[in-house]
Amino acid sequence: MWLGELSLLILSIACVFGFLIVAARAYTPEYAFHAYLFAAASLATAFGVFARYQNRDAAAAPQEVSGKPNYNYGPIKFGSAAAVVWGIAGFAVGCIIAFQLAFPWLNFDLPWTSFGRLRPLHTSAVIFAFGGNVLISTSFYVVQRTCRARLAGDLSPWFVILGYNLFIVIAGTGYLLGITQAKEYAEPEWYADLWLTIVWVVYLLVFLATIIKRKEPHIYVANWFYLAFIATIAVLHLCNNAAIPISLFSSKSYIVWTGVQDAMIQWWYGHNAVGFFLTAGFLAIMYYFVPKRAERPVYSYRLSIIHFWALIFMYIWAGPHHLHYTALPDWAQTVGMVFSIMLWMPSWGGMINGLMTLSGAWDKLRTDPVLRMIVVSLAFYGMSTFEGPMMSIKVVNSLSHYTDWTIGHVHSGALGWVGYVSFGALYCMVPWIWNRSKLYSLRLVEWHFWLSTIGIVLYITSMWVAGILQGLMWRAYTSLGFLEFSFIETVEAMHPYYIIRALGGVLYLSGAVIMAWNLYKTIVAPETEPEALGQPAFAAAE
Amino acid sequence: MTQTDKHADIDSHTGMHTTGHEWDGIKELNTPLPRWWVNILYATIVWAFFYCIAYPAIPLIQSFTPGVLGWSSRQGVNDDLAKLRERRAPIVAALSKASLQEIEQNPQLRTFAIAQGKAAFGDNCAPCHGAGGGGSKGYPNLNDDDWLWGGSLDQIAATINHGARSDDDQTHAGMMPAFGRDGMLKPKEISDVADYVRSLSGLTQPAGVDLKAGAKIFADNCASCHGEKGQGNLELGAPNLTDAIWLYGSDKDVIVDGLKNGRGGVMPAWAGRLDATTIKALTVYVHTLGGGR
Repeated sequence: MWLGELSLLILSIACVFGFLIVAARAYTPEYAFHAYLFAAASLATAFGVFARYQNRDAAAAPQEVSGKPNYNYGPIKFGSAAAVVWGIAGFAVGCIIAFQLAFPWLNFDLPWTSFGRLRPLHTSAVIFAFGGNVLISTSFYVVQRTCRARLAGDLSPWFVILGYNLFIVIAGTGYLLGITQAKEYAEPEWYADLWLTIVWVVYLLVFLATIIKRKEPHIYVANWFYLAFIATIAVLHLCNNAAIPISLFSSKSYIVWTGVQDAMIQWWYGHNAVGFFLTAGFLAIMYYFVPKRAERPVYSYRLSIIHFWALIFMYIWAGPHHLHYTALPDWAQTVGMVFSIMLWMPSWGGMINGLMTLSGAWDKLRTDPVLRMIVVSLAFYGMSTFEGPMMSIKVVNSLSHYTDWTIGHVHSGALGWVGYVSFGALYCMVPWIWNRSKLYSLRLVEWHFWLSTIGIVLYITSMWVAGILQGLMWRAYTSLGFLEFSFIETVEAMHPYYIIRALGGVLYLSGAVIMAWNLYKTIVAPETEPEALGQPAFAAAE
Repeated sequence: MTQTDKHADIDSHTGMHTTGHEWDGIKELNTPLPRWWVNILYATIVWAFFYCIAYPAIPLIQSFTPGVLGWSSRQGVNDDLAKLRERRAPIVAALSKASLQEIEQNPQLRTFAIAQGKAAFGDNCAPCHGAGGGGSKGYPNLNDDDWLWGGSLDQIAATINHGARSDDDQTHAGMMPAFGRDGMLKPKEISDVADYVRSLSGLTQPAGVDLKAGAKIFADNCASCHGEKGQGNLELGAPNLTDAIWLYGSDKDVIVDGLKNGRGGVMPAWAGRLDATTIKALTVYVHTLGGGR
């Protein structure tokens, strides 16, 4: 038995006992449940490591097979499948809460199904469970292929992908049971945060070690973006979740920051979760899958380097625009606003580089719905990275802040950009890693594309109208100098738009269900001839 | 990295050099930065520079640079509020001096009071009484002319100021006892009196109901508050049972539940939460809703 296996085995057995003690002494049954979950996961780890030890070859997996890199696709397969499952779960919960806003009786007067608990379940499921699994699995794929090196580590890539998904389960069940530290997009409590920290550090090490042993002289641009994403998320996560638990046996903790400082750290985190998780990470996906699928060289190396550094330097300052017209000092609001404006072109650099890469391959959009999906994602990316700086301008923000316009803005980025580029990457990568010559059906991709495009359009247009209407109603004064509308009247006015939004969400969800079926049928199709191994088998439309 | 790199080749479609590297089949062109892109980037940076001079921007040890325009968000709010107060000032002054009856007589004051009252109602009263004062189960409808505690201006003002069953010393205090839970009436008696109460406002009864028994129980237990004919009593907030207006509903089950467990909805006292002028305005507004007396 190798040292790594042995230490993980001993550690996981020790953890089983440790977590059982915590479970026995836990203050609340909810926390005990989580301790049991951790104990079960530790036990499964111990069994898994031991079973793997008994069944594996005596020698370690070779770095190369007959002169070609022996890529490690196992964890990527798990991550891609998990992404699809979590994605559908997250979209479905999104539809439920959208209908709850239109029809409040759907809360069912139960704590577990109330909007307050389901909303973080939705946001975490789509951002961290769906998006996170897409990011981890594509990053493991892209870093191997563009470094011409097998993924570093033997157990650690599995530890990353399984450990990350354990974090998702802990976080998600915690929300339903009412465990939250009430920080938006950082709701999981201290122990889930600690666990994610361990997983994330291992992720960083696996990624870095793979880059270090690369066979290519230079590091490909996608890997810069992945690395910026992994490193920055680690810093953000640690700062925003700095908390002191009241006891080892309680889920409750207190954040060390207070008042407006806490708000500032929260939105520094919150905005850079958008910047580094949902932008930098997915730009990395774009930088690999667009040139690969279009079979064209990247438009401009110079643009990629300038917009990369400009993007990561400027994004980190933009957070205060979430706190315009609050107790945050004016100077900080100014900094947030001017950096958001300056961020416009660095953001668009990625869109230009992606779209212009298609020059010479535009005709493929007619025949390849997968490529079309990725290109449309760039259009949505461009649109929301224009809208974002505009909404950060104070006078615009005084109308848009706290309205559904913000929700519409987020979803044009989330559904259009992050969702589409992820679907495109999954449609490309699933046949490649399972070694299938093509997708099961491109017609189903067409259906997915059109259903979800109509869904996005319904979603964002209804939220634009709702948000602007809301903002205007809130600020309307009568000729005698009194507010024209009471708050509840503005809520009533939202009703039709909330229904349209929910229907848009249902269309988007149906598209994702079609994708899941299509990918499933692709995976269970017979394997391609072995000589195709090592080269990506293009699933292009022709 | 330069165009002279010995591996660099030329892309036939664009005629552009590549950088000479290849990753998993991906090459990169060495296209220069788009001019318009660079120009807009510079323009936003220049704009940011001037914005930071004009507005509060740079943190110092104790404070921060105020900006040459001297604008601050706090001052902005204060200015806006001051402007609004100035606009309303003359008429607010008149309103605060005038009695409810004077306001009612003066069309200008009355219009203003209704406007202010409507806004205050939306922010404070609508959560229970509904945006239009339509009420809901347990929360009185203010649009009808059925007043639990009286519908004159002074009576409405008293209700708003002191609330009903609130923690205010002068609050309206009467409440419906829990006849069933506290053992004053047996289930059969409750059922009989519920039938009788329903008959008071002419609701149709199932065949074979004995209204006489109910009438007797009513006279012995209920009439002291609700009156002999069930016409209610404003002093005690005892609802009129003959007007076919039901605070909790007219189903027999609902009435039986009220008899069994009692009723006593709470309205908070608004004196102290809202200023006296706003309460005056609210009074005038509510008075207009349901045909005040």
